[in-house]
Amino acid sequence: MLSKVPWQQALLSPRAHWAWYGVLAWPLVWMVWALFNDALGANPAEALSRSSGDWTLRWLCLVLAITPLRHIAGVPALLRFRRSTGVACFIYASVHMLCYAWFDQNGDLTEIAKDLVKRPFIWLGMLAFVVMLPLAVTSNNASVRWLGGKRWQQLHRMVYLLPVLAVLHFYWMRAGKNNFDEVWVYTLVLSVLLVWRVWWKAKTSPRI
Amino acid sequence: MLIRQDDGFHHPVASEITPAQVYAKRRDFLQQLAAAGLLASAGGAWAQSAVPRPGKLAPLNSKSATFAGAQATDTVTPYKDASTYNNFYEFGTDKSDPAENAHTLKTRPWSVDIEGMVKKPGVLNLEDLLKLSPMEDRIYRLRCVEGWSMVIPWVGYSLSELIKKVEPLGSAKFVEFVTLADPKTMPYVGSRVLSWPYIEGLRMDEAMHPLTLLTFGMYGEVLPNQNGAPVRVTVPWKYGFKSGKSIVKIRFTDKQPLTAWNKAAANEYGFYSNVNPKVDHPRWSQATERRIGEGGLFAKKLKTLMFNGYEPQVGQLYAGMDLAKNF
Repeated sequence: MLSKVPWQQALLSPRAHWAWYGVLAWPLVWMVWALFNDALGANPAEALSRSSGDWTLRWLCLVLAITPLRHIAGVPALLRFRRSTGVACFIYASVHMLCYAWFDQNGDLTEIAKDLVKRPFIWLGMLAFVVMLPLAVTSNNASVRWLGGKRWQQLHRMVYLLPVLAVLHFYWMRAGKNNFDEVWVYTLVLSVLLVWRVWWKAKTSPRI
Repeated sequence: MLIRQDDGFHHPVASEITPAQVYAKRRDFLQQLAAAGLLASAGGAWAQSAVPRPGKLAPLNSKSATFAGAQATDTVTPYKDASTYNNFYEFGTDKSDPAENAHTLKTRPWSVDIEGMVKKPGVLNLEDLLKLSPMEDRIYRLRCVEGWSMVIPWVGYSLSELIKKVEPLGSAKFVEFVTLADPKTMPYVGSRVLSWPYIEGLRMDEAMHPLTLLTFGMYGEVLPNQNGAPVRVTVPWKYGFKSGKSIVKIRFTDKQPLTAWNKAAANEYGFYSNVNPKVDHPRWSQATERRIGEGGLFAKKLKTLMFNGYEPQVGQLYAGMDLAKNF
């Protein structure tokens, strides 16, 4: 049931979608602009790598916040923004991956393979990316029809692996520097979002 | 030979300073040189003689040190990068934090306590330290444990000059550096990232090595606060964090000092922390490094050299040691 409230109606317009695409693209546009305008500081490769990783985490938080927000705020129209936010999360993760492959490993596949075997930190990040792949590939209407709603939904439950993998990856990256403040913030946000789901499920499932 | 070893880094008198508009064209000139195919042969000499004084802080005059290892021939990192991309956790953990926050550091008056197993303990004022030995300029490679590197023209004199003056006892085997931890001027002192004050240390023979520099300036001027003003050490064959900044105490001891990063993560940061491409950090490789400010975004990383390229000068200090164990 869709709301009759005018501003909620406005959320369903194509213009609202395009505005949201603009928001999702903005950090990437800024990164490219900064790259060509020497605004990334002394180590642009590191800045791009970190920035794309940070934004992947932020979009992940947001994509997982949409369902709780829909229910808590009573704005079902928000569902329309979930898929584009998820795809954005994947695109930023891809940029993050490319930064690693290109800047850190000079694009050398054998070096990447060696690095993967050796380092849980890299291995976890890569695993998170692999988990994202089937979700990104099936993020279109044709795939929903082809898989059927139920199977599509089951496949997309894999998204719940991502907060765990992403936070561990981030934790490990910050571990050597003992600098966990941001790690705790993301852990808290993502935990709340996951715990809410468990609570919601318990609340809405029929009692025996 | 084109490389002028005796005169690599000199300071012009005012009348000789290149006008800004001419100086601004240096890149065009370099490009023309490159186009003519001359750059390859002249590169080393050009890199050295062209280190300009940035004109930001008080000048610190010096003579060029000429002994082996004192003048790296690599292209010097731009001052802007060297003074805005720093690890100085007392002022924040982001690389840009120290440049933004370190203006609160009060570098005068300043003194350094000499303590421990030494015949002449006491307090040395900065003024006395500055006069203790003639200033020299040295161009050193700086390799950070994080995998990036710079090339910096420092100003100072060998720490051994100070050590000889204060006469350590025979029982002193290590030198400990205690750096400033002032919560009033350093916003991150008290954060749980490290235990404060930040402590570093060297074995006595490392501290006595002529390459180990008691450093007061860089690029011909006094140190910017974010680079460890007013006095720091620079140990070019070790990862950067071994070179303590803003030093307030030098202690001579018979026990290996408990250094800050070693205390925080002993499996990742050893006491020696010599630059070593063969011993990886647990979470990343140390085989290569990214030279800051050079070659743009898609430049290949450089191969990291054993002891940061200072093996001929310092290799014998570690003869017979298992460097994988004593990392």
